[in-house]
Amino acid sequence: MADVAPASPAASVPTADGTPALVSLRGVSKRYGDLLANDGVDLALAPGEIHALLGENGAGKSTLVKILYGVIEPTAGEILWEGRPVSIPSPVAARGLGIGMVFQHFSLFEEMTVAENVAVALPERAFDAVRTELAEISRGWGLALEPDRAVWTLSAGERQRIEIVRCLMQKPRLIVLDEPTSVLTPQESERLFETLTRLSEAGTAILYISHKLEEVRRLCRAATILRGGKVVATLDPRASSAREIAALMVGSEVGEVRAHLSKGTGEEVLRVEGLSLPPEALHGKPLVDVALSVRAGEVVGIAGVAGNGQSELFAALSGERLASYAGDVVVAGTGAGRLGIDARRRLGAAFVPEERLGHAAAPSHGLSDNTVLSHHATSGLVKAGFVAFAEAARIARSVVGHFDVRTPSDDPAARKLSGGNLQKFVVGREILRGPKLLVVDQPTWGVDAGAARLIRQALVDLAAKGAAVLVISQDLDELFEIADRMAVISDGRLSPLRPASAWTREAIGLEMIGAHDEAGAALAREPA
Amino acid sequence: MTTFEAILFTIVAASTPLLIAAIGELVAERAGVLNLGVEGMMSMGAVCAFAAAFTFDSTLAGILLGMTAGGLMAALFALAVLGFAANQVGAGLALTIFGLGLSGLIGAPFVGQTRPRVEEWPIPILSEIPLVGHALFSQDPLVYVAFGLVAGVAFFLARTRTGLRLRSIGENHVSAHALGLPVLKMRVYAVIFGGLCAGLAGAYLSLVYTRFWSPNMTAGRGWIAVALVVFAAWRPMWALVGALVFGTATVLQLHAQAAQVPLPSQLLAAAPYIATILALVLLSIRRGRAVGAPGSLGTPFVPDR
Repeated sequence: MADVAPASPAASVPTADGTPALVSLRGVSKRYGDLLANDGVDLALAPGEIHALLGENGAGKSTLVKILYGVIEPTAGEILWEGRPVSIPSPVAARGLGIGMVFQHFSLFEEMTVAENVAVALPERAFDAVRTELAEISRGWGLALEPDRAVWTLSAGERQRIEIVRCLMQKPRLIVLDEPTSVLTPQESERLFETLTRLSEAGTAILYISHKLEEVRRLCRAATILRGGKVVATLDPRASSAREIAALMVGSEVGEVRAHLSKGTGEEVLRVEGLSLPPEALHGKPLVDVALSVRAGEVVGIAGVAGNGQSELFAALSGERLASYAGDVVVAGTGAGRLGIDARRRLGAAFVPEERLGHAAAPSHGLSDNTVLSHHATSGLVKAGFVAFAEAARIARSVVGHFDVRTPSDDPAARKLSGGNLQKFVVGREILRGPKLLVVDQPTWGVDAGAARLIRQALVDLAAKGAAVLVISQDLDELFEIADRMAVISDGRLSPLRPASAWTREAIGLEMIGAHDEAGAALAREPA
Repeated sequence: MTTFEAILFTIVAASTPLLIAAIGELVAERAGVLNLGVEGMMSMGAVCAFAAAFTFDSTLAGILLGMTAGGLMAALFALAVLGFAANQVGAGLALTIFGLGLSGLIGAPFVGQTRPRVEEWPIPILSEIPLVGHALFSQDPLVYVAFGLVAGVAFFLARTRTGLRLRSIGENHVSAHALGLPVLKMRVYAVIFGGLCAGLAGAYLSLVYTRFWSPNMTAGRGWIAVALVVFAAWRPMWALVGALVFGTATVLQLHAQAAQVPLPSQLLAAAPYIATILALVLLSIRRGRAVGAPGSLGTPFVPDR
């Protein structure tokens, strides 16, 4: 059957610099209902090549790598491995070919040890042999790991090392990394880049998925840009400007947030002092002696790697968890530490939690019902226990109008909105109340560039009107763009609050790993 | 044989059905499936075992058919919760109600019949150990099977590759699927193993423990087995300890009744169940939360392809 097909097309699939491809994708498409997640994608990698796959959230990057790793089946198109058409029905088949994968959301098992996590993905091999080999590989590549530690005790960087070592133990010829630096400190990213460069020199092809232009320009000589599931360009990222590449990713020129003149000299609207709380969840973080203040008219940013106490801090500020003393959290001059969320709202505070679907909004309820959720205590929506639905619907429509929320119908269920549109809604819902204080956790996590810009602008504008805004974010670029003052949260402790212009990325990275003294020293060395 | 040895002997016998059913449920839960239908599977095991043993006059036939009945019930549950991603709690409760009802129907012709005593198989030398030898090593073969199950499952989960894969599927099925492990297939096997064990536990009740069939004879033992898994923090060896504790409560309340302790007999009969609730409450106070529960326990998994 195979000899009916024309001669192997391997030679006709050159990579960016003309060498024969190790792997090439031709016309790969994936359809989910009405959504075309990948639309005729072509991609080719030579051995030893580090190739970037760039694109916004939702551009189809993750779908494409899942196809390559056999997790999902393409609707159309073919994959060539060393010129031969192959089908990759499962991750086992992908590993058999020599494809390794480092997932964005690590595919690790929290309660199991490092060695168990590695062994589970490997083909039949004695457990002790796995341990020995694990030790050898982690030594050989300088990826320090303790085989018997439980995964939940490890940092994000260490977890990623497990994924990489697990990958390397299968002697892969192609490694796919999905947004590998999104959970790393700048220093951890640096170590990752060194490892990747060494792997590339040893002849391993690397497909590097990211939306961070700077690291792609450093690491990669070729980049494929996806937008709306289609390849819009294949280029050398070092030969194009970051602005050009960004425009290709987003599809239009990205505007910048208009900065407001910092008027952070108003009265203090939020003061937190000596806030300490034990961890609530099993693997949660404690809050240790947190102190910060936000004045009227300024945006304060809290940077940090995910899982360092951000959710705990948000819960303590919003009143989802009560502090030990009323004076731990002071809102507009009133000790609010022992007050619930509604009482804090009546003091003029508003809160936007990180998780938009399920925390900020009830997924199967309409937008007007979701408006009642956060407005019932303050907007006169509830009278004698009855809800004024017409008024709620009016407010919801107003949010939709003011914040450019694209809805599929009038008053749709929250889950029918795309991530970006729902995020605009839950942020807008609070801003329209005209709060004195807005606390927002990860305001633009996983939303498209257009929505992110609109939300950031809204936050800056709110501060310009005299409100105090506290933004907790993992996105350093975002914080540098909008924050007047910043602090870094690490392991439940908050660094001192400094003007944004006084911070360097290096110092923030050091604070992220809890190296406060080094961070202070780094700032003293190079005054801004 | 002293009185102490005799009491110990009955405690081991009373613990055995709890232990067998709990070990089966433990394996299913380690794979991430919460099957609340143990009581129903056990009841079906008891009635089918008795019916077969009575009809063919063979204890072995009874045991095999009891296990088959439990396994089939589990397969039905697997079809609902794994095949159609139905809610596990709802499906499990339905399985219990279904099993109790159907077993009453099947068992109606056999009410009032009895089976002869199952011979003990004393193990030479070991059964001569003072105090505990008689209780542990002069038992019927199913008791030894139960001990073997504990050791086998403990070894399987901790030391074998398949056991590691089963645990990882229960811990995080999304990750396991991304790594290419056959999540649904392994869960089907684990659930059916749980059903075979529940059927065996039921067979033990009707063929060895009471030697007759009566409706609702499982009397909540399936629920105690489910509670035991939590008590044991999903560890086989602790399930053994837990089963003995509850077996002790069951036997001691009988002796208390016989000794005419001035308490209502109903209250004494409730002792094992009160002990279950107390143990669970005390454990959750001590641990703060359900430490050791498999991460994906009870959540349906639908692979996207």
